[in-house]
Amino acid sequence: MSTACKSKCGNRAVLKRPKTGDALCKECFFLAFETEIHNTIVENKLFKNGDRVAIAASGGKDSTVLAYVLAHLNRKYNYGLNLVLLSIDEGITGYRDDSLETVKRNRDDYGLPLKILSYEELYGWTMDKIVAQIGRSEALAFKDTTKKVVRGICSKCGFVSSQQPCKACVLLEGLNRGLPKLGIGKKSKGDRMIAQQNKELALKERANLVKNDF
Amino acid sequence: MGGTDLPLVLEFGGGAELLFDNVKKRQVTLDGSKTWKIKELLGWIRDNLLRERPELFLQNDSVRPGILVLVNDADWELLGELEYELQPNDNVLFISTLHGG
Repeated sequence: MSTACKSKCGNRAVLKRPKTGDALCKECFFLAFETEIHNTIVENKLFKNGDRVAIAASGGKDSTVLAYVLAHLNRKYNYGLNLVLLSIDEGITGYRDDSLETVKRNRDDYGLPLKILSYEELYGWTMDKIVAQIGRSEALAFKDTTKKVVRGICSKCGFVSSQQPCKACVLLEGLNRGLPKLGIGKKSKGDRMIAQQNKELALKERANLVKNDF
Repeated sequence: MGGTDLPLVLEFGGGAELLFDNVKKRQVTLDGSKTWKIKELLGWIRDNLLRERPELFLQNDSVRPGILVLVNDADWELLGELEYELQPNDNVLFISTLHGG
């Protein structure tokens, strides 16, 4: 019981693409995925020849895919980009030191220079030192009146999130449907507050005008 | 008995192995005198292999959202998910994506 790749290449499909619902083999999925990214870069004129572009790399799967795809497309389509990996070392032993090892592997695998900036260099403090100084967050007390974020689990991806669905899933949904506005460029809380104040002010003024009419 | 065994390879990755004694790959043999769907395999895994925090692996009779399931390197979505009937020597891989990007 196996499904054929939708692009009729003759291979067995290995996944169903969430974005399109197409059943594709590995090679056709990679090609579709990379071509769409290339089209987005070209259509939106994201880069110019000779640009120096830093890829923010955490060592996680997302930035690893990003580093791979950009290095691959830069070679394939001659963007002429000068790509570098940039990582931040907060100085959390047992966490960031492990993921930085992955970034170093990205550097070697994709042939990209790597720059690591540390909190230690930047501020003279590592995260470990900060925690040692102020204590862990469990030791801090909140006022009863402080509104706390309710910790939940995203129903789509299962990741811990205070929002339903999580921000990453909203963003992904937007990108998949070609509606970047769904996830990107939302007005900040400050903008919304100002808009609300302006609305109230306008209402008040109108009420005054109406009053003055009588 | 050889004829009534259902041998499978189970793999756990992306951090899911932490819930299974840190073992990434294991051979198991199920009772082949009956048919096994993946939903029954999940119950078997819960009862026989899952060591800690079952809620990080299972949720409402399926795997928790964010865990990818591959049967012989193909996404289980193509095979009927929980209803897929396991075949001898199938390789079932569970990859957790429940960590930072």
